[in-house]
Amino acid sequence: MTDRDARLLSIQDLTVALPAAAERAHAVENISFDLSHGEILCVVGESGSGKSVTAQAVMGLLPATLKPTSGKILFGDEDMLKLSESRLRRIRGERISMIFQEPMTALNPLMRVGDQISEMLQFHGMGSRRRRQARVLELLEAVQLPDPPAMMTAYPFQLSGGQRQRVMIAMALALDPAILIADEPTTALDVTTQAEVLGLIKALQAERAMGVMFITHDFGVVAEIADRVAVMQHGRTVEIGAAQEVLNHPKADYTQRLIAAVPGLTPPEALPFTEREPIFEARALEKIYRSSRGFFRGKREVVAAKDVSFVIRAGETLGLVGESGSGKTTVGRCVVRLVDSDSGELLFSGQDIAALKGNALLPMRRNVQMVFQDPYASLNPRRKVAKIIAEGPRAQGVPRREAMDRAFELLELVGLGRSAGERYPHEFSGGQRQRIGIARALALRPKLLVADEPVSALDVSVQAQVLDLLDELRRKLDLSMLFITHDLRVAAQVCDSIAVMRLGEIVEYGPTGKVFADPQHAYTRQLLDAIPGKGWRGPQQAA
Amino acid sequence: MIEFWTRFARNKGAVFGLVVLVGVIALAAFAHMLFPQSPWRMTGAPFQPPGAQPGHWLGTDTLGRDIAAGIAHGARVSILVGLVSTAVAVGIGVIAGAVAGYFGGLIDTAVMRFTEFFQTIPSVVLAIVLVAILQPSIESIIIAIAIVSWPPVARLVRGEFLTLRTREFVEAARVIGQSDTRIILTQILPNSLSPVIVTASLMVATAILLESAIAFLGLGDRNMMSWGYMIGAARTVIREAWWMSFFPGFAIFITVLAINLVGEGLNDALNPRLARQGRQ
Repeated sequence: MTDRDARLLSIQDLTVALPAAAERAHAVENISFDLSHGEILCVVGESGSGKSVTAQAVMGLLPATLKPTSGKILFGDEDMLKLSESRLRRIRGERISMIFQEPMTALNPLMRVGDQISEMLQFHGMGSRRRRQARVLELLEAVQLPDPPAMMTAYPFQLSGGQRQRVMIAMALALDPAILIADEPTTALDVTTQAEVLGLIKALQAERAMGVMFITHDFGVVAEIADRVAVMQHGRTVEIGAAQEVLNHPKADYTQRLIAAVPGLTPPEALPFTEREPIFEARALEKIYRSSRGFFRGKREVVAAKDVSFVIRAGETLGLVGESGSGKTTVGRCVVRLVDSDSGELLFSGQDIAALKGNALLPMRRNVQMVFQDPYASLNPRRKVAKIIAEGPRAQGVPRREAMDRAFELLELVGLGRSAGERYPHEFSGGQRQRIGIARALALRPKLLVADEPVSALDVSVQAQVLDLLDELRRKLDLSMLFITHDLRVAAQVCDSIAVMRLGEIVEYGPTGKVFADPQHAYTRQLLDAIPGKGWRGPQQAA
Repeated sequence: MIEFWTRFARNKGAVFGLVVLVGVIALAAFAHMLFPQSPWRMTGAPFQPPGAQPGHWLGTDTLGRDIAAGIAHGARVSILVGLVSTAVAVGIGVIAGAVAGYFGGLIDTAVMRFTEFFQTIPSVVLAIVLVAILQPSIESIIIAIAIVSWPPVARLVRGEFLTLRTREFVEAARVIGQSDTRIILTQILPNSLSPVIVTASLMVATAILLESAIAFLGLGDRNMMSWGYMIGAARTVIREAWWMSFFPGFAIFITVLAINLVGEGLNDALNPRLARQGRQ
């Protein structure tokens, strides 16, 4: 399909071995694909699929423990796997360059942005200082950073995440490389920033006719920018093809399953919740974080919640949606009383719980529980799973036997089986751990569950399973939920109503269907526009 | 546990240290069988070099006491002081550090200023003053060493608590309504023990050195033979009779070295991710 002359990079039968102790023999096995001039190839896969290893192999940046055992990576007529380190250094940056996932750590914090780009130009032989300066300015303009002359002298900490990622892109483009490898470059960014950065990469790619190898786990992003797609699973490519083909008519089983797991943007039917009694109500909640900035400057104030009011009715799921720094997590923490609010009322069944202290909190703890974001940090690594789940009832004075019995029942309820109780958390995968976290929250038979980004650390197929579980449980147990998320697709799938937060304030609040169909606030419209792949409706609708 | 031992055994120095340490402990345990007579008793002619007299293969001291017997019985004091004072210091340090790190704020400031108060005084000087005030005895030596060596433990535990208390599993424990004491004891403490164990193993070595220093200065327990005392007593004749100070000195050296090696091995085994890369 690819024109032979247009072919930039060709990976042929590449196999990279994992160390002997690993769970499988090869990080990637017999993978082959080509990258042509002027195309964006998306390499998609879940964690552990070998997509990053592929990128590292191309750059000659494989960790010492990983060794390529067979295959070729042809760039021009050179095999990247056989080149000397000094030749590789020449190619890296000049001909093939890379941008990384974490813009926060990829820049040297002690060096001015301009100097970092300039250093790279100098290394690759641009001698004159004045020419370097001019080039840096030109690059910063190309990546659409505001006020490029000022940006040159800024330090990385003065820049936002999106701006840093732009600097990384400027640096990657400095020497007009033929190939740009982007390893999840927008995963750490907010959705609106992500949309901007994706647009930028696409525009720059078209302008310079670069070949871009874009690694991602997000099918929305794929729909947004890909020309061709390679789907990876367990170190093998399961499907390669044109983007429209793969997205709308996936052939491989695995691709079909992955795409089916991407939450659609169609909100659920609005349920008549207005008839049911409110179970939780927040009235004019306020929280301001104050931190000192040293001796001579005043205190820094961050408004995390300002005049936040909402109602959750019995059986309802309210979505609290916003970007990072919007205060959504703080509000969730105030509701479960992990954080003390400054003012305002938190009414649970009519009783104000905002000011309760010490033992008076215990009855409230039984009714309001929380599911945490990070399944790897939310379980005590030194306790057995059944004990972790039984801790809640034990703290509420339930006898040990009864608490343990309940723990084992709950493990069955969340689909892990009784035997899971005798094992330690590290023996479980992320999705399984999140199920344990849910079981722990349910052990107290709460009426309101606060779920703080419960699926954002999970792969898309696992995410779908956990969301299904939450949905099933709330119907079975008549739970109300406060669902905190940054992902509008997830919100559309699970929430009955949505409150959009920005800078500590709720800017829009209403039934999910209405918010998605007819957003009132400009910020909501901006958020909805920024959803990657919003035009793509999945294979069902396209067929 | 098997995994723990394979990681420990990968460090050859640590295995050597463990063998030596087991040897020293055995020597201390069986001292009364190997040398049934009191180590203070004069059993031969004074100033006998090693091997000169049968039965005194490490020689005798200025009064004709057997050096080998002194070393065997001295091992008891060293091990006893090392272990007990470290246990006491770790106890004080863990409590202070846990309270400071968990509650934070004013309590943290108060506890940490108190800790710094001890850290600013040179520990050897403070220990000697304490022993002198409390009357020299094995108990007062243990108390003095414990008092001067708990601050680093408190600092370490506080640091661990500060990071662990913001972890989600600790927040989860607060949300389900566990009491502060339970959270400290069951959630945070078990997860912060690895570095404490490593530090404690190294503190045993410091405690042995400190005890030797105190005994060398003549403030040791008068009823118990100690390596430090033997060196102190032999220092006036160091030019005529090298063996009197050499053997107890070597005993201190090899024991402290062994404990340090074991501590390093424990560090590798308990914090595999922090273990130095090049040592495989």
